[in-house]
Amino acid sequence: MSGKDSDLNSNNIKPVHTNKVGGSPFKGVVGWIDNRLPIIRMFKYEYLDFQVPKNLSYLWSLGGILMICLIFLIVTGLVLGMHYKPSSTEAFISVEKIMRDVNYGWLLRYAHMNFASFFFIAVYIHIFRGLYYGSYKEPRQLMWLIGIVIFFMMMATAFLGYTLPWGQMSYWGATVITNLFSAVPLVGKAIVTWLWGDYSVGDSTLNRFYVLHWLLAFGILGVVIFHVIALHIVGSNNPSGIEPADTRDTVSFAPFTTSKDLFAMLIFLLAFVLITMYAPNYLGHPDNYIPADPLVTPAHIVPEWYFLPFYAILRSIPDKLLGVIAMVSSIAVLGLLPWLDLSKVRSSVFRPIWKQFVFLFVLDFFILMYVGGMPAEGIYVLIARVGTVYWFLFFLVIAPLVSLTEKTLPMPNSIHEYEDWKKQGRIKTFKIF
Amino acid sequence: MSLVLKFSLFFFFLLLNISNSFSAEKQEKLLKQSWSFDGFFGKFDRASLQRGYQVYTEVCSSCHSMNLLSYRNLSEAGGPSFSEEEVKAIASKVEVLDGPNDKGEMFRRPGKPSDKFTSPFPNEKAARAANGGAYPPDMSVLVKARAGGPDYIYSILMGYDDKPPKGIKLEDGVYYNKYMPGNKIKMAQPLNKDSVNYSDGTLATQEQLAKDVVTFLTWASEPHLEARKRIGFKTVFYLLILTVLVYLVKKKIWLSVEPKV
Ligand code: HEC
Ligand code: HEM
Repeated sequence: MSGKDSDLNSNNIKPVHTNKVGGSPFKGVVGWIDNRLPIIRMFKYEYLDFQVPKNLSYLWSLGGILMICLIFLIVTGLVLGMHYKPSSTEAFISVEKIMRDVNYGWLLRYAHMNFASFFFIAVYIHIFRGLYYGSYKEPRQLMWLIGIVIFFMMMATAFLGYTLPWGQMSYWGATVITNLFSAVPLVGKAIVTWLWGDYSVGDSTLNRFYVLHWLLAFGILGVVIFHVIALHIVGSNNPSGIEPADTRDTVSFAPFTTSKDLFAMLIFLLAFVLITMYAPNYLGHPDNYIPADPLVTPAHIVPEWYFLPFYAILRSIPDKLLGVIAMVSSIAVLGLLPWLDLSKVRSSVFRPIWKQFVFLFVLDFFILMYVGGMPAEGIYVLIARVGTVYWFLFFLVIAPLVSLTEKTLPMPNSIHEYEDWKKQGRIKTFKIF
Repeated sequence: MSLVLKFSLFFFFLLLNISNSFSAEKQEKLLKQSWSFDGFFGKFDRASLQRGYQVYTEVCSSCHSMNLLSYRNLSEAGGPSFSEEEVKAIASKVEVLDGPNDKGEMFRRPGKPSDKFTSPFPNEKAARAANGGAYPPDMSVLVKARAGGPDYIYSILMGYDDKPPKGIKLEDGVYYNKYMPGNKIKMAQPLNKDSVNYSDGTLATQEQLAKDVVTFLTWASEPHLEARKRIGFKTVFYLLILTVLVYLVKKKIWLSVEPKV
């Protein structure tokens, strides 16, 4: 007996608690479960009591909307996958069979297609929000980086998905993009053959693209979970860029944020339903209803609309390898922003110069999108080059330079003061911002 | 709120421009028609669908296949609405290759409603050989596969001209068409006045024939168009009401935070 006590007192023995049952704020069955599997209290703390800045605008609803898009994509994708056949002879027909013979198959397929587009609409607004309000700054750098990883994965998933219906644009888009890897010195050709699983885009390419499309979609879900966990550690930024200090600055997630987000989601869904039900092929390309034909090259090979800005950057550079590097870096460079923008002030509301450049950047994005859909000739090449130069200047030169030299506007001390200033007209912002 | 609207409008118009730019090369403005299936409540005109089917079988089907359709589709809801008896009669007029039977031989039998539309040519090579090297595309999704959709097909059918503008040389078997990219097409003008005898008394003008066959082809490409628009309208209606309600609830909830906004 006493021997045991003296053992515990000696230096190298410590008590352990492998059994952590307990601590639930709930009673009864719920408490019993929560004591053993603490997800119910986690949900309560993270989604019901969670404190959020009270001045969030609708631009903060995009995150939830993105989550909805992802879930809908996965659900519609799962059911499509039960009817789809990833073979070069059957893929096109199987998609059409889904549209014709599967009950509500047309709805599934059109919804999946258009959710992919709306996913990108939402993510672009989401990224813009981060850019404008400096959400990438301390302490949210990691969230920003995770976001960029998600964006890369989204692009890969959408590219792979677009090959699945095996129409002309599927086939030729896949050919053009996979061929980019041939720009890698020495091993380029080998990489391309390895990717294709053949000596041209074909049956084996389609088969693996289908598998990877599935895999990456769930991969996104995984990374999104990290994004959300990180969010609940660092908390939301807000239009003022000032961290909340007390309950005068915040509201609880439910019912305030939830009711607001729900409203935003419904508006988003309305736009989605209008496109999906009345112009389902509007955002797509008619050529993708022509079955893939390796012998006939379409007059213009254009990617989906959401890739156009990056496609423009790729084509703006005459050298293939450099073009690919530019295209990949144009997104990767976003990841450097937290360390390139040295301003201590987060929100563009107080940064009159930076704000102008951000708007110019948005304009640049749309201009690149426009020229990306045009043939790469004449004036369009020039516009694309100017656009590309501004894109990189914005991050690599303008961001550090402006942040070091800019004189920022006087700032309130807290979010509730910010709201007062807004009411008094001392701060001018757009209503939705 | 108005800014949300402006912002989204801006975005959509931009997208509109972009998707138009995909088809930047078409020079001639298409002959825009008002179709019964356009708009929020669009429906196919049944009589036009049935006539269009007649035009397709009597004219186009001698060159163009329609591999994705079965005879049974002709009696399905939202389509030409032939009765099942009529469909049986239509199908029984064609001969299909079936088999092998118990002796291992292929045999010919009259068609059934579950059979696919028969194709004019056994394969693409045969189709090309018979058409001066050009392939008459399968018509199952043709309307969706061309920028401009129904208006484009209609324009092609109406866009022939015996006297092409000076400077355009036409080889044998090539015809001038205002709306075809490059203005040259290897399909002779398929529709003329009275190409088809309508039994319902409709005058078979070239315009009427073109309109009917395009209506039919649009249905073939989008057989669930009517259901889509119907469900779409219900969904929008429901969402609108829900959105208003949620907005009011949200306002009420936020009253405690922003007393008079
Ligand atoms: C004598 C055979 C023949 C008949 C009959 C025929 N077509 Fe064609 N059609 C062709 C060929 C061949 C082509 C390919 C032309 C080319 O690529 O130049 C074609 C192409 C087309 C095209 C595609 C044009 C494009 O944009 O590529 C349309 C639309 C079309 N036909 C509609 C019709 C319709 C509608 C009918 C029936 C009213 C019809 N055709 C009857 C042979 C025919
Ligand atoms: C990250 C989310 C996803 C994105 C961005 C995405 C994107 C796309 C795109 C752009 C297409 C081509 C649409 C077309 O033109 O027809 C497509 C097709 C397809 N996707 Fe996805 N997808 C996602 C998730 C999924 C998931 C989770 C599955 C299944 C588990 C799936 C299964 C399919 C199938 C079977 C097709 C082919 C059918 C078709 O073309 O409609 N997708 N996807």
